[in-house]
Amino acid sequence: MSAVDERSFRNRSAEAFLHNPALGPLAALILAMVVFSATTSTFLTVDNLSLVVQQSLVVATLALGQTLIVLTGGIDLANAAVMVLGTMVLARLVTEGSSSAVALVAGFVVCAMLGAISGGLVTMLNLPPFIVTLGMLTVVLAVGRLYSEGNSYPVTDNLLGVLGEGGYLFGQIKVTHGMTLAVVMFAITWYALTRTAWGRHVYALGNDPEAARLTGIHVGRTRFSVYLVAGVIYAFAAWQALGRIPNADPNAFQTGNLDSITAVVIGGTSLFGGRGSVMGTVVGALIVAVLRSGLTQAGIDSLYQDVATGVLVIAAVAFDQVVRRRSR
Amino acid sequence: MTPALTIPALQARGLVKRYGRVTAIDGADFDLYAGEVLAVVGDNGAGKSSLIKALSGALIPDEGTILLEGSETHFHSPLDARHAGIETVHQTLALAPAMDIATNLFLGREVRRTGPLGSVFRLLDRSAMREQAQRQLDALGIETVQHIGQLIETLSGGQRQAVAVARAAMFGSKMVIMDEPTAALGVKESRQVLDLIRRIRDRGLPVVLISHDMPQVFEIADRIHVHRLGRRTAVVRPADASMSQVVSLMTGALRPGDPDAPPNLVDT
Amino acid sequence: MRRTVPVVLLTVAVLATAACTQTKSGSAEGGQSSGPVKIGLVTKTDTNPYFVKLRESAKAHAEKSGAELIAVAGKFDGDNEGQVAAIENLVQQGVKGILITPSNSTGILGALKQAKEKGVLVIALDTETDPKDAVDATYATNNTTAGELEGKYIKATLGSTPPRLLMMDGTPGGTVDEQRHRGFLQGMGLKDGDPAIIGAAPTNGDQNKAQAAMENLLQRDATVNAVYTLNEPAARGAVAALTAKGLAGKVAVGSIDGGCQGVADVKAGKYLATVMQFPKKMAEQGVDAVVTFAKDGKKPTGFQDTGAQLITDKPLPGLESKDTTWGSQNCWG
Repeated sequence: MSAVDERSFRNRSAEAFLHNPALGPLAALILAMVVFSATTSTFLTVDNLSLVVQQSLVVATLALGQTLIVLTGGIDLANAAVMVLGTMVLARLVTEGSSSAVALVAGFVVCAMLGAISGGLVTMLNLPPFIVTLGMLTVVLAVGRLYSEGNSYPVTDNLLGVLGEGGYLFGQIKVTHGMTLAVVMFAITWYALTRTAWGRHVYALGNDPEAARLTGIHVGRTRFSVYLVAGVIYAFAAWQALGRIPNADPNAFQTGNLDSITAVVIGGTSLFGGRGSVMGTVVGALIVAVLRSGLTQAGIDSLYQDVATGVLVIAAVAFDQVVRRRSR
Repeated sequence: MTPALTIPALQARGLVKRYGRVTAIDGADFDLYAGEVLAVVGDNGAGKSSLIKALSGALIPDEGTILLEGSETHFHSPLDARHAGIETVHQTLALAPAMDIATNLFLGREVRRTGPLGSVFRLLDRSAMREQAQRQLDALGIETVQHIGQLIETLSGGQRQAVAVARAAMFGSKMVIMDEPTAALGVKESRQVLDLIRRIRDRGLPVVLISHDMPQVFEIADRIHVHRLGRRTAVVRPADASMSQVVSLMTGALRPGDPDAPPNLVDT
Repeated sequence: MRRTVPVVLLTVAVLATAACTQTKSGSAEGGQSSGPVKIGLVTKTDTNPYFVKLRESAKAHAEKSGAELIAVAGKFDGDNEGQVAAIENLVQQGVKGILITPSNSTGILGALKQAKEKGVLVIALDTETDPKDAVDATYATNNTTAGELEGKYIKATLGSTPPRLLMMDGTPGGTVDEQRHRGFLQGMGLKDGDPAIIGAAPTNGDQNKAQAAMENLLQRDATVNAVYTLNEPAARGAVAALTAKGLAGKVAVGSIDGGCQGVADVKAGKYLATVMQFPKKMAEQGVDAVVTFAKDGKKPTGFQDTGAQLITDKPLPGLESKDTTWGSQNCWG
C-alpha cells in the first residue's frame, strides 16, 4: 500500500468513526464478551447475560438523560440525586397510603421540576451547567435526606416494583419489564435525536451554540427542553431502581452521577458536546456491567474492577481525541 | 442598465444608531440593485458592520427607513430578515463542525415529511433534504466536496466557505450578505469563492460583499459603497476609479466632489 | 485505524489476560476438576480499614484452608445496588458461600434470598440483616454488649459524680448505631430522655463531623463530664473539640472498635477506653463455615458472637479488661 493510499484509508476509517462514534465501544464490548466467555465457564449463560442487562438498567437510564445534556455541551452532576429523591417520593407516598398511580405521577412531577430548575438556571441566568448541577446535587441530596427523615422505605407495592418482574422469552431468557421499558426509551430518544429537527438542534447546540443561534435555532428553548426531558428520564430511572431493589434509601447511588458520565464517555459521546449517540451510551453502560460481572466471575477483586473501568474511561476519551485529530 | 431607473432590491435612508454617546450609524444611506455585486468598504470603525447588522435585522436602528423592493419594512430580529429573504454569511460561517453538509444546509430550517409522519411524529424528510442539498451544490458548481454526507470538520476552509455560501444562496430569495468571505482563505480557495459569488449574481441574486481586500473588490464588484464615519461617503464604479482613490475616500484624504475624485454615483 | 481502534481493544485485552491468569492459578491450586471451594466476600466498602482487615483475614484464612476467596465491595456505605450486583455475580460464578457485611439490611434481601435458593450458604458478618433469618447465620460483635461495656466503664469512672453526658451517635436509623447507643445507656443505667443526657448528634462515624458536632454542643453547654462515641474516629473528633475548649482530661470519653489507631489513642491517654471487636475472627469463622458446608453440607445457624473486649490502661475493679499492649497485638487496621 502506498503512503498516499494508506493515509486516505486511515482518514476514511477515522471518518467512519466520526459518523458512528459507537463503533469503537461496540468492538470493545464484543471483545470483552468473547474474552470472558472463553476464560470463564459461567459468563456466557442465558441467566448471566440477563443479569448483566438488569444490572446496567438504572445507570443506563441515568446515562440516557446524561447523554442528552452532554450532547448540548453540558454535564449533569445531580442526576442520581434527583433520581434518589424520586425513589423517596414514590416509596414514601405509597408507604403513607397514597395509591401507586398518584405516587408515580408525583415522582415524575418532582423529577421534571428539578430538571426544569436546572435548565432554567442554565438557560435564563446563563450559568455553567457544571456549577448549576453541582449546587443542585447538594441541595437535592439534602432535600432527599430531610424528606426521608433518616429512614429508608421498603416498597411492597405492585406497580412500583413491576419493572423488576417479567417473563421468560423462549422459556429461558428472563426479560423484565424494566428491560422492555429501557429499550422503548432508548428507541424513542434515538428517534428524537436522529430523526427530528429537535435532535439536530441539540447536536448543533453542542457543536457551537453561537453558530446554532445564527442559523435561527431557538438555543435557549432547545437547551431548556433537554434538561426538562432529562428530568423526566430520571423519574423513569427512579422507577427502574425500585424495580431492581425494592427499597428507597436516601444514601443510595452516591456515585450514580459519575457512573452515568462513565457510561456516556465510554460510549463514545464527547464531553465537549455535539457528538455521540444513545446507542453508544447503551454500549457504554453494558461495558461497565459486563466488566464488573466478567471480572467477578474470573475471580478478580472489586478494586481491580474499578481500575479496569477507570482505564477504559481514559482510553475512550483518548480514542475520541485521536479520531478527531486524524480527521483534520 | 441605469440603476436610477429600477427599484432597488434593498434601500435604506437616514439610518441612525447610537450607543450612549457613540454614534455607530450616522444617517447612513444604502442601495442595492438586483443582479449586482455591491462591495462595502471602509476603514475599521467606520461602521460597516453596524450598517450590515441593521440591514440583516441584528440591530434595530433608532431612526431611518429600510425599503425592501420599494416597501418599508422593520426587522426586529435576524429571523425577520431571513424570512424576508435576506441571508447573511457570517465571518464565523455558523456551521456545526460535527454535522454533515446536508444537515448544515438545512440547520434551523429542516424539512419534515408530509402527512402525519411529519406533523405528528415530526419525522424529517432526510432524502428530500439531501437531494435538494446536492442539487444546490451542483447548481453552484461546487465540485470540490465529494459527497453531501461529508462532515464539515473534514472539509478545507474553502469548502466550508462554499457550504456556507451555498446555504445563503439556497434560502436567500432577495439578497445575500457576505462578511469577509475570503479573509481566512488561501489564493486558490479565494478564487473559488469569488467564482461562486459571480455565479450567485448571475442567477439574479444581488450580493453585498464586505471586504478589506482591494484587488478582490475591484475584480468582482459592480459598484463600491465607501463607508466613512458612520455614513455612506460615495459609491463608485471600479472602472471609473483606482484602488488608491478608493482608499483615499475611505480615509478622508479625498472627498467626493474633489477635482481628482472619481465620479460619485450618488448624492452625498 | 490500525493505531486507533486498538487503544480500546488493547485495554480490554490486557484486562482479560489478567482474568485468564487469575482463573488458571486458582484451578491449579485446587488440583481437582471441580477446583477449590469458592467463597465470595461482599463488604460495604473497599477503603474502611475495618473491612480491609476483614478481607485480608478472610483471604489468608481461605488460602490456608485451600479455598479461593473473591472479594467484592460496594463503592460507599449504603451502596445497595453495588452489593446486589456483587451477590448476583458471585452466585453466577458458582461460589459455595457468600460472606457479607450488608450495607442496608432491607435493601439486599431479595438477592440474598435468591442466593440461598440456589443452594449458596449466606453468612452475615459484622452487621445483622433485618429480618435476621434472611441469612443462614450471623458472625458479629454483639453491639449491645459492646455499648454496655463502654457505658459501664464510663459509669465506674465517674463514680458518685452525677453524669453530664454528650453522645456522638452514628447514622440515624443505622442498626449498629442504635444497638451501641442502647447498650451504652444500659451500662450507664440511664434511659433516652434522661436530663443527664445534655446533648446528642449524628456523626456518621466521621471524625470531621464529630469534631464539628462536639464544638457546637460545647458552645451550648460545657458542663459535660462524660462522652459516648460510636466509634474511634468520632472519639478523635470529639476529643479534638474538647481539647480546644481546655476540657481534655476532665471528661470521661469512651469508644468502640479496637482499631490499632484507637488502641494507640487510648495508650496516649486521649480517651480512657475502647471496646475491641474482632473482624479477624468473623472472617475466619465465616470461611471455616463455608469450607465445612462444602465438605459435608452442614450449615451454621443463628447469631454467633465473636466477642467484645474492653481495652484500657486504667483498669477499674469489677470490670474485666486488657491493657493497650495486648490491644496493640490484637487490634485491626
